[in-house]
Amino acid sequence: MPIYLRPSTLNDALSQLRAGSYRLLAGGTDIYPATQRADLAEDIIDLTSLSELCGIHNMPDGIRIGACTPWSMIARAKLPPALCALQQAAAEVGGKQIQNAGTIGGNLCNASPAADGVPPLLVLDAQVELARAGRIRKLPLADFLLGPRQTALARDEVMTAILLPGSALTGHSRFLKLGARAYLVISIAMVAVRLTTEHGRITSAALAIGACSATAQRLPLAESALIGAALFGAAELVTAEIVAPYLSPLDDIRASADYRAEAAVELLRRAISQTGRDRV
Amino acid sequence: MKVSLTLNGKAVLLDAEPSLRLSELLREKAGYCGTKVGCDAGDCGACTVLLDGAAVCACLTPAARVEGRSVQTVEAQSETLTRLRDAFHRHGAAQCGICTPGMLMAAAALLAENPTPTAPEAKEALGGVLCRCTGYTKIIAAVCDTTPSPAIPMPGIGHAVGSATPRLDGAAKLAGDVFGADLWKPDGLVVKAIRSPHAAARFRFGDLAAWAKAHDAQVFTATDIPGRNLFGVIVPYADQPALAENQTRQRGEAVALVAYEDGSTPPDLTDFPVIWEKLHALTSPTEATKPNAPRLHLNRPDNLLIKGHVQRGDPATALADSTHTASADIETSFVEHAYIEPEAGAAWMDGDVLVIRACTQAPIMDRDDTAAILGLPHDRLRIIPSAVGGGFGSKLDVSLQPLIGLVTLKTGRPSRMTYSRAESMSSTTKRHPARMTGRIGCDADGLITGMEFDGTFDTGAYASWGPTVANRVPVHACGPYFTPSYRATARAVHTNNTTAGAFRGFGVPQAAIWQDTVYDRLAEAVGIDRLEFRLKNALRDGQTTVTGQAVNAAGIADCLIALRPHWQRALAQAQTLPNRGVGIASCWYGCGNTGMPNPSTIRLGITPQAVLTLHQGATDIGQGSNTVIAQITADALGLPLAQIQLVGPDTFLTPDGGKTSASRQTYVTGRAAHAAGCTLRADILRRLNMGDGATLILDNTCLTATEGNRRATLDLAEMPTNAQGYALMAEETYDPPTTALDANGQGTPYAVYGYGAQMVELEVDPQLGTVKLYKITAAHDLGRTINPLLATGQIEGGIAQGIGLALMEEFIPGRTENLHDYLIPTTGDVPEIESILIEIADPHGPYGAKGLGEHVLIPTAPAILNAIRHATGAEITRLPALPHRILAAMKKAKP
Repeated sequence: MPIYLRPSTLNDALSQLRAGSYRLLAGGTDIYPATQRADLAEDIIDLTSLSELCGIHNMPDGIRIGACTPWSMIARAKLPPALCALQQAAAEVGGKQIQNAGTIGGNLCNASPAADGVPPLLVLDAQVELARAGRIRKLPLADFLLGPRQTALARDEVMTAILLPGSALTGHSRFLKLGARAYLVISIAMVAVRLTTEHGRITSAALAIGACSATAQRLPLAESALIGAALFGAAELVTAEIVAPYLSPLDDIRASADYRAEAAVELLRRAISQTGRDRV
Repeated sequence: MKVSLTLNGKAVLLDAEPSLRLSELLREKAGYCGTKVGCDAGDCGACTVLLDGAAVCACLTPAARVEGRSVQTVEAQSETLTRLRDAFHRHGAAQCGICTPGMLMAAAALLAENPTPTAPEAKEALGGVLCRCTGYTKIIAAVCDTTPSPAIPMPGIGHAVGSATPRLDGAAKLAGDVFGADLWKPDGLVVKAIRSPHAAARFRFGDLAAWAKAHDAQVFTATDIPGRNLFGVIVPYADQPALAENQTRQRGEAVALVAYEDGSTPPDLTDFPVIWEKLHALTSPTEATKPNAPRLHLNRPDNLLIKGHVQRGDPATALADSTHTASADIETSFVEHAYIEPEAGAAWMDGDVLVIRACTQAPIMDRDDTAAILGLPHDRLRIIPSAVGGGFGSKLDVSLQPLIGLVTLKTGRPSRMTYSRAESMSSTTKRHPARMTGRIGCDADGLITGMEFDGTFDTGAYASWGPTVANRVPVHACGPYFTPSYRATARAVHTNNTTAGAFRGFGVPQAAIWQDTVYDRLAEAVGIDRLEFRLKNALRDGQTTVTGQAVNAAGIADCLIALRPHWQRALAQAQTLPNRGVGIASCWYGCGNTGMPNPSTIRLGITPQAVLTLHQGATDIGQGSNTVIAQITADALGLPLAQIQLVGPDTFLTPDGGKTSASRQTYVTGRAAHAAGCTLRADILRRLNMGDGATLILDNTCLTATEGNRRATLDLAEMPTNAQGYALMAEETYDPPTTALDANGQGTPYAVYGYGAQMVELEVDPQLGTVKLYKITAAHDLGRTINPLLATGQIEGGIAQGIGLALMEEFIPGRTENLHDYLIPTTGDVPEIESILIEIADPHGPYGAKGLGEHVLIPTAPAILNAIRHATGAEITRLPALPHRILAAMKKAKP
């Protein structure tokens, strides 16, 4: 019979993890669909009893989101406008049932190229906090995601939190997701945009695209192009030329590669315009 | 581990593996089968329960996680659920009922936070639960209208037909009905199938006995089959083995069965000893019809299953002489039925009778096929249809019936089997992909002169309903329009793709996409408004169809005229708004088998205890025959609907109601019911020496007839009973008066046709190619509305499937065998629907009624495509019209 552990403290979880080989289970919204069985065949550590892994906290240097915080909690929380994109994404992950169970950390550790959580966190310069017995390390999210279904998480590590630095909590943000139906849809493409402005001009810009490359990407060229630009009309500065270098879209059942690349640019422009309308 | 939780308010202690899915804990350990399992992947929401008040998918929740917490299922009794159930019942929000528990629980979570939600709020809250029957319209209306209302009174004598009576079986649906997976005999065997991972393969087995011993299981293969290892819905074409013998022709084909003790740990099937030799698979009709292509079936040269053909007049000359001609080349995809209930059932022995209770649309056909496979006489095989969680055509073919039947027959023990979602999608039939080409011509005034159509339909590995599709398409491809010269050919070609069979419309929806596309082009060429062009050509009574049949009770013109004010309003609006388009399309559809007998029989009896019993063998797969047939019966007999007790369907208890397909139940079984009601009434009145104007009252044990001041009473308790236990009984059969088609497809294939037209208002995103639907207005001529609540439910549900066909659904064998890669519409994808019911009574139909079930799907997709073209100029030639295809077509139209 496989082992199923449900520790109530992080320390217990980490020592159990050091002592054996376990699959970490958070919301379960990716692990259960991957099996036809009525139960899970692997040895499991269930992280959802670890209260320190759940919740959103204001810290002196930013915001800390526990890795096992469910999407519905993020969607409902009162958060600064810089996190609008994250909250919009939270409300579009699956349906309510998935949002009530699925967690932000699980979404990152599952490392789908179409993970809804990644672009909004990239534009927040998110770091992930990874704990192993006796050591905690922090990694920029972009360094944590290595490829489709590949992360930097070590066998004996648990993702404990997502850290949003204070420097990235300025401005307004927007998330747009494109799929072939209204709800319960895996993105064809998605974008997140965070802009800060002074006197109608953009002072900082963070842009990210998901589902158009192995892992979601920030777009440094497009971001630079926006700095100093007037907010109104800024969307037109985003062109395929400065976005394409970061994308490697696939042809698949959901869309063609060409369409993905084109749609991503259009979504970015719209997100920028809409962010402007939200009064940056 | 022991899991203690509060389940629907009661403390319970259950023993379970900690990682066991909560859905399994509830169903298998707690015995609460109201929670349905549609996908085991969080894609369908059918298993939604409340965990401490929050909606979650039970299939994704480990048992250990509910320790110490509160779980509410559809079996819960709460004030909110009571209000929701009442509202669902009143609004007709449950059709087949398989999604209903999930919908109710998701709605309960919403109402706890927001007791008076708006429609957008309800759509968002229910966006995680898929429904394939209703089109969501009535569900959303119910969730927004839960204020307690008085119960709708049952109609009085003579007023059942036409009344919006909620489903007679509604209470069961709202309690979590008992579907194929929900009832089984204890201490039996669980059956799993070993299926082909390849589209074409040869195989042999290793040491089955050793494997079985090591895994504490029993194994069954084709060599165990006592009868003829072959089935097929159309007997002369039967070609599909229940278990493949040494070769498989499609992915998902079953080659062996594994049976293990119910309640024991399932054996690991990954090391089952089968050795595959993968063969080259034919994946398209083009490839399958090449000269050297291997034959899937030796007796079918060129892999041609059948060619259907209708010819009238000289279309080549007519087209050459036409002022205008237009053509189109259109390709459609495999479409999955995506009922939320995967195939499931149970079998057991009752004496020497094998009983199979499973989901089905056709119990008698199941009996015939299964009995032949198992070598049983019909009186030793009893088929009891379970509640059916959606069918749409695919549950006409047997699936697991012969498999569990074999295990139970061989072992003498009960067995049960439930397909996984992947198993259901990979192994059962699909809508035929079609490649269609041809031309239609008209004169300078816009009158149709002739048409040529050629369609190739990928019928997959086995015949299934391929012959029906190939025969129906040429009869219908002209649409409901007078077409004096005509030639249409449809070929069903075998490939190693998934078997294509029956799916709501039998190929006609594909042909309508082609025809209505060409009609728009012709209207444009002539310079006539698209609706007026159709109206000008609409079939009128006295004209002849392309099979030479004189038209009677044609309602297409009435449907188009009913749409006209909406059309003009929408066109005017579209002119003032950017990127807006309006499209129209129509349908006609013959009800019942094509030029072949398809009788239904109804038995109606009254016991000495004054119980009025309707033996109704037509399976209600959500479309409503349990209610509609009873309504017809009640008025024909002249007793109140509320007094009718339903029996069946059950092959031991009900006469043959035929299959639930071809939009035939309301018409054909309805006519049998009408005849049975009339016969029983005549018998009663004759015995009482009363005239037909008499009013009947069934009370205590007496049947009283009153007419004016005359009154006569039959004391039922005094009457002798017949073999069925009835004091009075009538049994009547009805078979539509049709003729077989000749070599040119001429004849009377159907006695009754239904008609319809729909218009779509939408917006196309000019940069993304995405479509936003605003409104669909649907006018359908159903002859006589037996039940408007159920009829509009059919329209809304058919439209939702049409939306899927047009915009998102594409089944790819081996790639989209789940409900997150295969997309069907959600609550947010179905716009406002306005239904207009047109009643042009048909002389053959009961009270004038025509069929409706399939008609409602046919116009939706072409109307959407025509609206896209109107908005953008984009010509969609490959379905579904996914955003990237629309955008590419837009660029082609306006480079």
